[in-house]
Amino acid sequence: MNVFDIVGPVMIGPSSSHTAGAVRIGYVAGLILGRPAVKAEIHLHGSFAKTYKGHGTDKALIAGILGMQPDDERIRSSPLIAKEKGLAVTIIPDSIPGAHPNTARIILTSAEGEQITVQGSSIGGGNIVINQINGLNVEFSGQCDTLIVLHRDTSGVIGEVSQYLGELGINVSNFRLSRSAKGGIAIMTIEVDGEVEPFMNEHIMKLPNILRSIALRLH
Amino acid sequence: MDLHYDTLEQLLEAARVEDSTLSSLVLQQQAKEMECSPQSVFERMEHQYDVMTQAVHKGLEPGVISNSGLTGGDANRLAASISGNTHICGDLFTGALARAMAVAEINAAMGCIVAAPTAGSCGILPAAVITMQLEKGISKKDCVMSLFTASAVGMVIAKNACLSGAQGGCQAECGSAGAMAAAAIVELAGGTPDMIGHAVAIAIKNTLGLVCDPVAGLVEIPCIKRNASGVANAFVAAELALAGIKSAIPADETISAMKNVGDGMPSSLKETGEGGLAGTPTGQRIYRQLFGIDCDKE
Repeated sequence: MNVFDIVGPVMIGPSSSHTAGAVRIGYVAGLILGRPAVKAEIHLHGSFAKTYKGHGTDKALIAGILGMQPDDERIRSSPLIAKEKGLAVTIIPDSIPGAHPNTARIILTSAEGEQITVQGSSIGGGNIVINQINGLNVEFSGQCDTLIVLHRDTSGVIGEVSQYLGELGINVSNFRLSRSAKGGIAIMTIEVDGEVEPFMNEHIMKLPNILRSIALRLH
Repeated sequence: MDLHYDTLEQLLEAARVEDSTLSSLVLQQQAKEMECSPQSVFERMEHQYDVMTQAVHKGLEPGVISNSGLTGGDANRLAASISGNTHICGDLFTGALARAMAVAEINAAMGCIVAAPTAGSCGILPAAVITMQLEKGISKKDCVMSLFTASAVGMVIAKNACLSGAQGGCQAECGSAGAMAAAAIVELAGGTPDMIGHAVAIAIKNTLGLVCDPVAGLVEIPCIKRNASGVANAFVAAELALAGIKSAIPADETISAMKNVGDGMPSSLKETGEGGLAGTPTGQRIYRQLFGIDCDKE
């Protein structure tokens, strides 16, 4: 804890959890898609579903998807900006069983037809947890650079990836593995100290049994 | 000297021993902890102060309206009472009320603010410090420095109680902001470390038990007006302490009391939008009108 945790953050109101946190969930979803989205289907759960109009949670999520940060004055007019940029948005108040009260599930589609589903929760003070990608459980905060690696669930894959990061001198601060079924598709989320560079991602993509690697660069 | 934020008394003792302002000790210690120069930490805080100042200016303009449409324009009404000389409390006090509401209204209108310590209580500290700059001719540099003193008080409260309405009620948000603001005012007025301690204690005592009961769960009713009463409380506490009035209960014990009171508060009074004002017939009606939800079935 430091003085800027007390006098800060600088943010667009009205609520750190319903507005600032929502921007960050949208922002991470946009980063995971990795290219401009043309379609966004946003499912809201719990308090997000009940109070999104008053808190501007919808505007915040859209702003994040468009790449804005929690202190961006344009958040207020993000639905208009989305229209200008060719992003079609649907907001669906919903119920997601077992989810944290402030949760959004975002389905983004790119012009090329690529689609991703990201579910995240705003857990207070503007902090978030991303808890699902494409239906697989993950857990990362979006506060540090993260590698998201989809791969076949087979022996040696985790070893190869972590050995490569070790060779680069990169320290892993958090690691989580999730899989659909034994031998099915698995997903590694690797949070690191320092920065993830695009070349690392390209190298990981060339390793055996890797389906896709996404580098979230938050710095 | 090592500085710890476990108790306010430790911090005040450090200021006494070093014969220094609390803010300069906190700045030095924070720079060391963040591994950067005191100058760069100061500049970052100056940026927070600039955002606060802009929020005050924008919020005093006519035409501010919240995202929900429920609130807005009240800071401007107060400002008009000052310019029309129909106010009764004097320029400093009424000005402070107007500035606190201005920032809180900008927050509700999806404008840019600094959480201090939270978005819901974001008007209190800016109103206190900016009022000291404008009405008492304190330099901007000193005003920025006073935010370090306020932050130190906030850190002590965070460590020993909490700063969120969901955990501790409004006493933890507007109460803490008032205590932080009172400390800043005392330092800006040239008060001693002892006076800072008494001001913090008095401010917390005056808001002990305040519940968090936002209508429709939104940071508007009663939050915006509680920012006005929060800065009023800060000036009350600072004025008393600067006159040499002492709090019988030391600040650290009032913080523990705040924690105990918060723990004993039912969850309906902790930011759930159920009890208190949120549960009144009018509060419920506003909720239904706003979201088209039948509350009875919730």
